[in-house]
Amino acid sequence: MKQFSGEATLGRGSLRDAFAVTITKLADERSDIALLDGDNANSSQAEMFAAAHPDRFLQMGIAEQNMVGVAAGLATMGFMPFVSAYACFEVYRAHDQIRVLVSQTGLPVRLVGGSAGLLFGLAGKTHQTPDDVAVMRAMPGMTVIAPGDEIETRQVLRWALDYPGPLYLRLTRGTSTHLFDETYEFEFPRAVSLRDGSDVAILSTGVQTTRVLDALPEIEAAGYRPLVVHVPTLKPLDEDAIVEAAERTGRVVTVEDHSIIGGLGSAVSEVLSARRPTLVHRIGVQDVYAESATNDELLTKYGLSATAVARSTIDWLSAT
Amino acid sequence: MLRSDEPVEDRQPDLERLRELARRVRVESVRAVARAKAGHPGGSLSATDLLVALYFTELNIRPDEPRWDGRDRYVHSKGHACEALYATMALRGYFPLEELETFGRLNSRLQGHPDMTRLPGLDMSSGALGVGFTGAVGIAMGSRLRGSNERTWVMLGDGECQEGVVWEAAFIAGRYRLDNLVAIVDFNELQQTGWAGTDPTRREAPWEFEALAGHWAAAGWAVHETDGHDFPAILGAFERARSVTGRPVVIIARTTKGKGVSFMEANSLWHARVPTEDELADAVRELDEAI
Repeated sequence: MKQFSGEATLGRGSLRDAFAVTITKLADERSDIALLDGDNANSSQAEMFAAAHPDRFLQMGIAEQNMVGVAAGLATMGFMPFVSAYACFEVYRAHDQIRVLVSQTGLPVRLVGGSAGLLFGLAGKTHQTPDDVAVMRAMPGMTVIAPGDEIETRQVLRWALDYPGPLYLRLTRGTSTHLFDETYEFEFPRAVSLRDGSDVAILSTGVQTTRVLDALPEIEAAGYRPLVVHVPTLKPLDEDAIVEAAERTGRVVTVEDHSIIGGLGSAVSEVLSARRPTLVHRIGVQDVYAESATNDELLTKYGLSATAVARSTIDWLSAT
Repeated sequence: MLRSDEPVEDRQPDLERLRELARRVRVESVRAVARAKAGHPGGSLSATDLLVALYFTELNIRPDEPRWDGRDRYVHSKGHACEALYATMALRGYFPLEELETFGRLNSRLQGHPDMTRLPGLDMSSGALGVGFTGAVGIAMGSRLRGSNERTWVMLGDGECQEGVVWEAAFIAGRYRLDNLVAIVDFNELQQTGWAGTDPTRREAPWEFEALAGHWAAAGWAVHETDGHDFPAILGAFERARSVTGRPVVIIARTTKGKGVSFMEANSLWHARVPTEDELADAVRELDEAI
């Protein structure tokens, strides 16, 4: 299993800003990059790209279905289109266009879903995406990646330039603490172990991994030594790493800012049920739509705060 | 005047040749549906003359080099009517005519709706209505961005124009003034079911002509009209479309669903009906006698 042995750099960063800065910089090097915006560039910070590369910044208006189709057309003409929109409208509103013109064609369209997951603050359930990974993961040929911090976001974007197929990049809103330092290298599609342990494997994805690390002191205080594995690439899954984690610990907990249906927990269960039957405890949104509230309130109520993750994990471990 | 990579002497529009090609496309389309026991004869027959005019007089293409980068692009957004497209492409030399026999069979390159990953020469997949059109807008935008001067053509059905995404795409093409893009609406005035009208023998049209034309105009398009079965009229419409600058062009082509086979004409039942052996024989006889 790939291991990260560096130290997380102190500080916080925004995946959204990392996307805007990195794609703007990469477009200096690569003339084939085009950025399509669904009328939220002043929120996604894609205005930075618009200022630097006005010809390749394509404002597509409030019309996500067409935006995805235009990206597919651009891809046939030798461009590498990045589609930037709120994940909710990109994934759900434009789903048929993604299906027919991106997934079914295999064209190298990069779908960047911003403000994904639960943490869209006051916007509420219309804008939260507790099932985007489930939907995108089920599409043949679609690669799904949820970076854990801004450092990994930058790495994934650079890696994506040479990836030939369709890609969904799930970005969380707001700032989050670093998981990594600059020595980290994203390696597709590998999971990465962040803490070694022996009696339970905690697998998580996206920014939720930061809250797993925050939950560790309480879990360790209860006498457990968790192996912590960050899974940025949700499809294709690093199956060998997951099987190895289960073999080394015998018990698996999955944690994600997503429904327990169809996301990381499901994917891990699918692999383990076939290759290494293991008890799996899935922590995530419990098959409900959430609501409008502050992010901290949402994390607490829907069981994703560090405290909630720790308690759920300890309760399950003590009962099994 | 007519654009093609073929030698000049072959570029003259030989109207008799075009009519003969259209007859063969119609025969092959009806045969394909009968063989596969599935398909869309009505919309194939209405689009046939437009397809023949495009592929044999208008599109700058190299059938033996289907991925040639400088080619004009064509997107068959009304993808269900693919029998006429496949027959036209076969006659134009993209693949042997015999391959039409694979339509509807396992492992065929000729899918029930056009699949660009299987058949070279298709510039975009289509079939979910409105979706191909969005891809065509992206292709035209790509030509603009890279500074190349190929033209993108796309055909939609009039029923297809009920899809909301058509108007998203039309708005953006108009907003970006994509004058390298020409849409053709096969205005055959019937959709699969549609609405019953006051005339019990006829279903109502998906759109009133003026309403549809007004929608395109409101999205910033130059709106042209033509008879979609009259080759001089079609070729004239293509030429006019090419001369427009600063706006995308839509040609609304008045056509008849099921054109060329009397019992299929203007009858929505033939949107996706399979002819019996006798009906196939009658259709082919009728098409042969029309020449």
